[in-house]
Amino acid sequence: MTSTVSVSSFTPFPPAAGARIMSLGGYQPANVVTNDDLAARVDTSDEWIRSRVGIVSRRFAGPDETVADMAVVAGGKALAGSGLSPADIDLVIVATCSAEAAIPNVSAVVASRLGIVGPGAYDLNAACAGFCYALASAADAIRVGTARHVLVIGSEKMTAWIDPDDRSTCIIFADGAGAAVVGPVADGEPPGIGPVAWGSAGDLASRIAIPNRRSYMYQEGQAVFRWATTTLHPIAAQACERAGVDVSELTAFVPHQANLRIIEAIARRLGVPRERLADDIVHAGNTSSASIPLALSRMAERGEVRAGSSALLLGFGAGMCYAAQVVTVPLGPQCRSRARPRAGRVDPHSPDMGHRQTTSNLQDKEQGP
Amino acid sequence: MTEQEILAGLGEIIEEIAGVPADEVTPGKSFVDDLDIDSLSMVEIAVAAQDKFGVEIPDNQLKDLTTVQDVVNFVTKNAGSSA
Repeated sequence: MTSTVSVSSFTPFPPAAGARIMSLGGYQPANVVTNDDLAARVDTSDEWIRSRVGIVSRRFAGPDETVADMAVVAGGKALAGSGLSPADIDLVIVATCSAEAAIPNVSAVVASRLGIVGPGAYDLNAACAGFCYALASAADAIRVGTARHVLVIGSEKMTAWIDPDDRSTCIIFADGAGAAVVGPVADGEPPGIGPVAWGSAGDLASRIAIPNRRSYMYQEGQAVFRWATTTLHPIAAQACERAGVDVSELTAFVPHQANLRIIEAIARRLGVPRERLADDIVHAGNTSSASIPLALSRMAERGEVRAGSSALLLGFGAGMCYAAQVVTVPLGPQCRSRARPRAGRVDPHSPDMGHRQTTSNLQDKEQGP
Repeated sequence: MTEQEILAGLGEIIEEIAGVPADEVTPGKSFVDDLDIDSLSMVEIAVAAQDKFGVEIPDNQLKDLTTVQDVVNFVTKNAGSSA
């Protein structure tokens, strides 16, 4: 006899009107590395690092800590926050460009360690734009009905690919993971993940590269700075336009935390006030595909973004890939437990699931911070 | 566009991007040594100069423009060709 779980994994779901982020989770390794720590090893200084990239401290993973380890913690938090059980997840996408091994894929391992049995699972490499690409792919899968609930994770151990003696890169890159559970909106509800504006400029791909498995990462800082500060704000504006949201309505602009100078320049050109710009990089460094969900989850947790409000995400990086979309901010974990005392698990495949979600959604919004 | 107009425009750009008062942006000043402007701010200034004057300053030429006069000369020389 076939188990319910394996059948549900292979049964197409009814198409959904749209998708939304249900919950978020983040993880940073324990080891805090300050600018002074780095200045003790390479020729740099706290003042120089702060003024050039805006980073005060960052976290480095332990020697045995893997991309999958970090993904499991962040993914587990997002899953717990969603109120779903592992069996409700049909698809796991891990965005990463720093996995230790080419195979097996991180996503299948992470799914198994989280107790998610038999989901679709794939890794996605769009470098620092990876999370936004994965989020768009998850939303599409839910819309067409190849999945109902998707766990999307960005997880990176960038330090494994950084020359610890290269002062141009070792001060910027760091480790961490961020995750989101993505599910359908009820019929008639507007999508909580807006249409993606994405693209790439492969002709410029040599600007950021890890040429082979024995190489460290290389980046032409000045060229990347110019590219990012001149080409990305129209992409971000396009994502707002496609979502029908004016830039002035955004409660937060959460770009990939590449370099504070870059994201401040993009925000300026886009017309987003500084106080609405996510600046998680200050204490997280550049964690590639993990930076956006890490920043967004922390902002939601601290109540810096109101549940139900609109945030603009913009991923960009190597391959000169970029992707932007407007998302509706979900509840932080504390508000969720206050607002939604749950009596048992809701069957995600039951016909009235959508209605129940809508109801709790509205209650949540009213009681959010 | 006269040299004086370019200088004035450049002063406005540098004041906005680097916070250096426009009247301190005089021809003999060195960006790094006198105005304390770093390489990333130079890129921003080059981009803003392109918007304002219609002259592209590529990265490989930007590194050779070390003084305010260098930029004024570059813009003057290339204004006709790329505008």
